[in-house]
Amino acid sequence: MRNKKDRLISIALVAPSIIAILIFVYGFILWSVRVSLSTWKGLLPNYTWNGLTNYIELFHDPRFMIDIRNTAIFTILFVSGSLLLGLLLATLLDQGLKGEGFFRSVFLFPMAISYIVTGVVWRWLMNPAMGSRMSGLNLLFSALGLDFLANEWHTTPNWGIAFIAIPAIWQMSGYVMALYLSGLRAIPEQLREAARVDGATELQVYRRIILPMLRPVTLSAMIILGHISLKVFDLIIAVAGKQVALDVPAIYMWQTTFDGYFFGRGAAIGILLLISVAALVIPYLHYSLQSEAEV
Amino acid sequence: MTTTTRTPKRLYLLYIPLIFMTIFYLIPLYLMLVTGFKSFEEINLQTMWNLPQTLALDNFNEAFTALTPYLWNSLRMVIPAALISSMLGSINGYVLAKWKFKGADIIFPLILFGMFIPYQSILIPLVEFMRKINLYGGIPGLMLTHIVYGIPITTLTFRNYYATIPTELVEAAKIDGAGILSVYRHILLPNSLPSFVVVLIWQFTSAWNDFLFAVALTRPDNWPVTVGLNNMAGSQIISWNVQMAGSFLAAVPTLLVYIFLGRYFLRGLMSGALKG
Repeated sequence: MRNKKDRLISIALVAPSIIAILIFVYGFILWSVRVSLSTWKGLLPNYTWNGLTNYIELFHDPRFMIDIRNTAIFTILFVSGSLLLGLLLATLLDQGLKGEGFFRSVFLFPMAISYIVTGVVWRWLMNPAMGSRMSGLNLLFSALGLDFLANEWHTTPNWGIAFIAIPAIWQMSGYVMALYLSGLRAIPEQLREAARVDGATELQVYRRIILPMLRPVTLSAMIILGHISLKVFDLIIAVAGKQVALDVPAIYMWQTTFDGYFFGRGAAIGILLLISVAALVIPYLHYSLQSEAEV
Repeated sequence: MTTTTRTPKRLYLLYIPLIFMTIFYLIPLYLMLVTGFKSFEEINLQTMWNLPQTLALDNFNEAFTALTPYLWNSLRMVIPAALISSMLGSINGYVLAKWKFKGADIIFPLILFGMFIPYQSILIPLVEFMRKINLYGGIPGLMLTHIVYGIPITTLTFRNYYATIPTELVEAAKIDGAGILSVYRHILLPNSLPSFVVVLIWQFTSAWNDFLFAVALTRPDNWPVTVGLNNMAGSQIISWNVQMAGSFLAAVPTLLVYIFLGRYFLRGLMSGALKG
């Protein structure tokens, strides 16, 4: 009796959240799919069936091809840069140095800041002006005698997007460091000791024991960083506004939908983004929930 | 912690890269602060790295005047949103951890997936929906959006936390005749304070820092500070120095949270290691 009542209450307790998620996540995704299959272009909704035309057009659209290229460049640099820097910082901090807490806090603080703030500050740091109007990092390099480092940053022709990875790494590498640091702390010291007793050098211990044991952390970090980079939006807007040279799918989606009222195409871009993120995240969720169930 | 045979001298060398990286992370903060404290006469892009000659508040004052309405909008939107989605997460986490009903194992991943979706894939329906229910343009609509899309991460955090509370405790209370609600009130809730802090901080930070939902759902009067700041940065009228000072002001609330509650902030990051 009691049990049955509790069961009903338990369902009633989670029902509002489940209904909200069903509508806001799954309902809206289906709705977006429907919009993406329509001719809707203009202020008023128009659900006239259009088949896959919006998708096909996107794949013949030079701007979307630039977006894919930009996303690929950005993702490769951002993910590998954050992983390497995060691993390096975690390894350094794992040596038991004095002041570890201070360094950790400094490396992690950008995580607390919005991409807009980061973007506005880096816009001025990466000011491309040369000569007497030089400022930002170029000016700093020049003052330090490192003139060869001065460059056009995100205004570099064709490769501007690569420089957006710098503020993105600035923002996220501390997080990766924290993930690696907790991974390192979970490796029992006896394991390293045993290898040393067997005559392994520090470098061998690191390569043969520590790095392989950090693989799950690397996987999580790659998934997290990868899905962030696929949907990058705020940071680019704040650094550079909406320039075609630095275009990515999220910006194209925004402009074509809310500036150009081409809702059909905007929805198609959104759904393509969803598919690429899902391809990354669903196997990962499956894997982590499964291994959780096994424990 | 480490018991290596490394000599202390070699260990000291490790400070070189650490200090170098510290400079890299602090450069933007340095620039925001020195610019903010300069007087207008001192402002010049070519001397942006110099320390201020005198401490002035010109830039902060001007930025604050420009951003006050947006800061206020952010604050009154973010606090209720963080509170409500944390409450919902706590209840969901409790039920999913301790009262697994049929289908709970399917529902949990379905909820979880919600925190990974690129919001571009739901943005058009979201805006249309908010228009239909007359919440478009204002703060309540944005608040509702943050509450709903916050549910996955808050549920995950609380579920993981409640899973560590011994089920025997719950079972014993049940045998004593306690129902689902009184178990929550007397056993789980009193132990939840640390988790609430973690989740509240996390929700506060992500809603405060959000830009996409805000720019899609609010009209200029109701813009939160991220949209206000971005708009200020894009205008030709407001100069770079005021933008820098404004950036700092927009970052202050979350920075304060980070400085004073950093331990919990880190725990939030780790507990939601699934979340980006």
